[in-house]
Amino acid sequence: MYEIIAFYLFSFLTIGMFCIVVFSKNALYSMTALAGGMIFISGFFFLLGADFLGVVQIIVYSGAVMAVYAFGMIFIDSAKDVKEKIKGKRMIYSFSVAIAILLVVIVSSPIISSGIVANSPMIDGVGNSKMVGYILFTKYLVPFELTAVMLLVAMVAGIVLVSKKMDISLSLKDEYEAQDEFEKGVAK
Amino acid sequence: MITITHYLVLSSILFTIGLVGIIRRKNLLMLFFSTEIILNAVNIGFAAISKYYHDMTGQMFAFFIIAVAASEVAVGLGLLVLWYKRKSTIDLDSLQSMRG
Repeated sequence: MYEIIAFYLFSFLTIGMFCIVVFSKNALYSMTALAGGMIFISGFFFLLGADFLGVVQIIVYSGAVMAVYAFGMIFIDSAKDVKEKIKGKRMIYSFSVAIAILLVVIVSSPIISSGIVANSPMIDGVGNSKMVGYILFTKYLVPFELTAVMLLVAMVAGIVLVSKKMDISLSLKDEYEAQDEFEKGVAK
Repeated sequence: MITITHYLVLSSILFTIGLVGIIRRKNLLMLFFSTEIILNAVNIGFAAISKYYHDMTGQMFAFFIIAVAASEVAVGLGLLVLWYKRKSTIDLDSLQSMRG
């Protein structure tokens, strides 16, 4: 009973929040709504018994990703409206509706469940975090380490891209010219 | 009783919201937000399948998707800030510099 109430509550809240994200004019409102929607999604993970995933969702998305967006919006004048003139509106909407209907049909059609065998089955009596750690460090050890390398690369890329000199195109101009321009900008 | 179908339909509804956001918005920041919505929708689907088939693989994939999303945000937002510094706009149409 509680599961049903929680499911419908969270789904209405999440869909509402994400509709605000997509249809809001103000970028700040949509960022805040996105952070709210992320927290409501973690509610689904707790309902589904994936406790560790829910905690990671709150920490990573609502904590880290939203903080990165907030800091990124410091550099961007987000109060300035982007002119949203779309050509061929009717085609876009009909495409969206067609894709939506197709997705619902695909997903709600009965799954052939007899052919599916659990690849790494859950063990009764073992907690979710324990199980996650066990599988992550045995079966998925190599992807886990690769993910660590990928995050390191992303961190380096983020730092390099937002660093000072990168707003001057070095590839389109002569290097000395760009250097002069950069020094002029610093002197200013 | 909440079945797997409920979760999958919810997941596809959220996916569609994100897709509409990608098609409809011209603001580059909104494009990133819509991508996050899509990744989250897929994560819900993975977690639901993981529960109803008693298989941990779905949750593992969800973890890797979260890691990919985090690095995507770092790199993507860096590129966005760079673009804004050069062109001082985050309009999607300003990316069409090769169109004669």
